[in-house]
Amino acid sequence: MARGIKDKVAILGMGCSKFGERWDSGAEELMLEAYKECLKDAGIDQNQLQAAWFSTAIDEVHVGKSGIPLSMTLRLPNIPVTHVENMCASGTEAFRGACYAVASGAADFALALGVEKLKDTGYGGLPGGRGGPLQALWNANGTAPGNFAQLATAYMTAHGVSGEDLKKAIGHVSWKSHQNGAKNAKAHLQKAVEMDTILNAPMIASPLGLFDCCGVSDGAAAAIVTTPEIAKALGKHDIVSVKALQLSVSNGSESGHNSWDGSYFHTTRIASKKAYEEAGIKNPRDEVSMFEVHDCFSVTELVTMEDLHISETGKGWKDVLDGFYDADGKIPCQIDGGLKCFGHPIGASGLRMLYEMYLQIQGKAGPRQLKDPRIGMTHNLGGAPRENIASVAIVGRYE
Amino acid sequence: MVGIVAYGAYVPRLRLNRQAVYDANKWFAAGLRGLAKGERSMANWDEDSITMAVEASRDCLTSHKAEDVRNIYFASTTHPFKDRQNAGVIGTALNVEQNLSATDIGGSLKAGTSALIAGLNASKDGAPSLVAAADKRMARVASANELNYGDGAAALLCGTENVIAKLVGHHSVSMDFVDHFRGEDAEFDYGWEERWIRDEGYSKIVPPAIKAALVACKLTGGDITHFIMPSLMPAVPKLMAKMAGIGESTVRDLMGASLGDTGAAHALVMLVDALESAKAGDKIMVVAFGQGVDTLVFEVTAENDKLPKRKGLSGWMARRKEEKNYMKFLAFNDMLPIDKGMRAEFDKKTALSVLWRKRDMIYGLVGGKCRVCGTVQFPRSQVCVNPNCHAMDSQDPYGMAGLECSVMSFTADSLTYSPDPPAYYGMITFPEGGRFMADFTDSDKDQVKVGAKMRMTFRIRDNDQMRGGFKRYFWKATPV
Repeated sequence: MARGIKDKVAILGMGCSKFGERWDSGAEELMLEAYKECLKDAGIDQNQLQAAWFSTAIDEVHVGKSGIPLSMTLRLPNIPVTHVENMCASGTEAFRGACYAVASGAADFALALGVEKLKDTGYGGLPGGRGGPLQALWNANGTAPGNFAQLATAYMTAHGVSGEDLKKAIGHVSWKSHQNGAKNAKAHLQKAVEMDTILNAPMIASPLGLFDCCGVSDGAAAAIVTTPEIAKALGKHDIVSVKALQLSVSNGSESGHNSWDGSYFHTTRIASKKAYEEAGIKNPRDEVSMFEVHDCFSVTELVTMEDLHISETGKGWKDVLDGFYDADGKIPCQIDGGLKCFGHPIGASGLRMLYEMYLQIQGKAGPRQLKDPRIGMTHNLGGAPRENIASVAIVGRYE
Repeated sequence: MVGIVAYGAYVPRLRLNRQAVYDANKWFAAGLRGLAKGERSMANWDEDSITMAVEASRDCLTSHKAEDVRNIYFASTTHPFKDRQNAGVIGTALNVEQNLSATDIGGSLKAGTSALIAGLNASKDGAPSLVAAADKRMARVASANELNYGDGAAALLCGTENVIAKLVGHHSVSMDFVDHFRGEDAEFDYGWEERWIRDEGYSKIVPPAIKAALVACKLTGGDITHFIMPSLMPAVPKLMAKMAGIGESTVRDLMGASLGDTGAAHALVMLVDALESAKAGDKIMVVAFGQGVDTLVFEVTAENDKLPKRKGLSGWMARRKEEKNYMKFLAFNDMLPIDKGMRAEFDKKTALSVLWRKRDMIYGLVGGKCRVCGTVQFPRSQVCVNPNCHAMDSQDPYGMAGLECSVMSFTADSLTYSPDPPAYYGMITFPEGGRFMADFTDSDKDQVKVGAKMRMTFRIRDNDQMRGGFKRYFWKATPV
């Protein structure tokens, strides 16, 4: 096995803009909002940056292509900027690029910045109509909620879960995230919501109702990474280091071969297993302190907790209803409100998840601070259940 | 001996309740009350004359191989394309290209019978010819045509082997009697007074034409067992039969009460209706009127009873859902400037070069079967999808349009733009292998379930109205 990334890279600083319907800001203002916080937190000069990775997913509705928009907006010192896109997993992709640059020795300081400005389209929900000219001829006329709704139908079928039980469980997923989001001043949605409201909300794509879907938000998040040695030399304490970075991408077996039953994420199972190995985690249910997972839809989170090998397959809905993932549960999940309430500016989301882990491990999470978290895991998913990118990161205290 | 060797039909599932139409329009057109009875067929938003003709052709070819077809004639007054061979789309959907001559026939309500004459003549030397006819005519709001017209299709395979109805003879006259017309830029028909059409048109043109046909066939009016003649005036066929010495009891029902008049297809639709119950020795006369008269006479043979079962007209008529929402009819036919929302604005431009490269996949629903592991897959790819195989360049084309499939997962999506929300779609799996995320059509809430059996149907996927209405066709799943 490869030597892996464990403890080779430290997070020197992070920043995150306020997420939401940022009618006041374009992508450029959002990028600067996150970057200023990040640079200040890192405590270095911009001219020390040696490489940058820039993530967006639907850049055609805001900045456009290439690394130029990041370099122009921040007036970077003519360093390499790589624009990365891996659908909703783009943010983690930028982080991965920056980490590998540092781990390889190619850069001492590398920037990862993700942004998405979605609220200049004139309508709600994510922009559609992407894909190449061949997909346009045969792909179903689907949307993200419609694709993920099918995870719910297949999960119920595979595990004999009733529609009522599932609806209650996924309702609890959203309820819990709203409780958490209410304590986050940067979150898009900061209002706690009653269960009845969640269960009786209008249907978007059956069985997913309005509260089963995450917000479509504007926002940006950024990280500057370096080596733990440099971080120490700069006088940093409570260093947060990277323990694992794993990615698994569908090759068509789920969407094209009858071996997949539609009830789980094949890629998440693979990526998380490799990540635990890379991080040296033997028993994740006992060792991971907290999760930020890709709760684009409530059912995604429920199924993901099984695919991350935390809940038993087919039993995740019971853990959810038992409060296992609540803020006061055994392993809090989406303590910052998640995609559901913090919001989902696509290219920024992976970095926003890491931002929360970074704050929590350093004890800087304010009213939502957990008690002594040591290991945080993020799961950032791009695509649909049948074809996706599962991106997993584990960060923790550098001992 | 040339004749018809197989038949098929297609009728859209929706049946528009005429009373509902009348109730909406009676404030303006109270005189339509007499037509406010029964129902007419109504194409779904994703159906046109091509898709209906494809379905009728598939029904017809239940008993025959598509690749044996040498000619396709496609009759309609509503061909979706003015310049692009409509019959060729049908051929590609049936996976027939090589050694195929495809011809569109239109311009008159007797296009269906003219196509049949052409098909029979082309088949004399044994080359099977497929004759498909379909129409989906538009009519003005609150017009009689709106109530009288129906949407539908018929298909007949002509040949010389195992003939179920041999051609006894045919006869045509052509004269420019303009009872109605539809100009190049017009969406709707413009017609003259019915009494004039009856007295100066039908009554003076049709009986002599029938008599000439009987002479050519060496028959008398009394020999005819089934008299088929479409007309928007229900009394006219009986009048014509009487004037030509044909018994009134032989006049076939126009199916106005349950289907409506399917335009250029209607004579052939009625012929399929007759063939479904005709007995050996029956003589069927088919008459179509439209700037002249086509008359064909067939004699049913004993082979008719041996024709393998198909859905046929009766089967498609039995698959029925009543539609009382007249607004939906108007919206489906683009007669209502409905607020479709911004999601309807996504560009529908088709890369014609991609369509050409992938035409067997898109129009034929042809997937692949791996020679190494036997896995069936869609789409066909250069690397086998089976995770335990991944063989390269190992797949042979494998047609999937005729296979039954089942629903693995599905949703009813209210967010995506659909002319008929919510949009039903889901993962369908084929028992032999292969799956894909497919749009569903003709689906209701109570029909779509995990495990439900589905069949594939050729439909409109998108209509590129920015570029003059290029229609994208693909296959959708519909409950069996």
